[in-house]
Amino acid sequence: MNVEWISGLLGGVLIGAAAALLLWTHGRIAGVSGVLSGALVPQRGDFVWRLAFVLGLLAGGAMFGRLWPDRFSLLGLPRWPLWLAGGLLVGVGTRLAGGCTSGHGVCGLGRGSPRSLVATLVFMGAALVTVMFTRHGP
Amino acid sequence: MNALVAACSGLLFAAGLVVGGMTSPARVIGFLDLLGDWDPQLAFVMGGALGTYALSYRLIRRHVRQPWLEPRYHVPSASRADAKLVVGAAMFGVGWGLMGFCPGPALVASGAGQPEALAFTVAMAAGSVIASILLRGPRPARGTGVLLQDDA
Repeated sequence: MNVEWISGLLGGVLIGAAAALLLWTHGRIAGVSGVLSGALVPQRGDFVWRLAFVLGLLAGGAMFGRLWPDRFSLLGLPRWPLWLAGGLLVGVGTRLAGGCTSGHGVCGLGRGSPRSLVATLVFMGAALVTVMFTRHGP
Repeated sequence: MNALVAACSGLLFAAGLVVGGMTSPARVIGFLDLLGDWDPQLAFVMGGALGTYALSYRLIRRHVRQPWLEPRYHVPSASRADAKLVVGAAMFGVGWGLMGFCPGPALVASGAGQPEALAFTVAMAAGSVIASILLRGPRPARGTGVLLQDDA
């Protein structure tokens, strides 16, 4: 079996631990879309920890990008409509849904939220269908 | 301290994504590509994360009365799914499927200077801001601390 399953599980454990840390120290859900949106459109007294978390993600990327550059392979899709549409859909969709893969998929399901179950099933389904079309479509 | 700990959480989160291989959109799409050469990697990452968090959540909520650095927990209370959630999740799913990026990996890969991630993140941020402002409503109550109830 491909040895990558070990790194997969380990990576997941680290993500879960990071989210648990944020819950323990700040009492917050580690939903990246939510943390980011509150940093972009901040409310008084609810900004610094969000900015710090986002900077942690960015700094992590900068650091690991140097250590393991092959973990950051390109998709090779330079056509701008794709990244523009994709980004906008994710940005708007996550605000409407109130969460993303970490918010609903990890934290929401992790605490047994029925809303998160619905959200996860829907976004997973939508993603699967989208790839089906883009990779094997008419 | 408040900021330092949050930054550490972000850093650890980034490490998890990188170790798990989720900063390569090709691997993510490989998982979503059921009809193609299927890559189960995302399932392992999600499984590890979900298991770890589910256990941690129970332990923390049971034994930690008050978060270390904040006066109370900010955990959503809503339980019923509505149209807004379903439409939003569908939109999010399509966007995710198009580029293989969701918010976390997009930010981490942006930090690494990956050009597709950077472009995607700019668009994502724009969409997020536009949606936040439009969904805000006429006048948010001052000091409620929640612009849009995030329920993840």
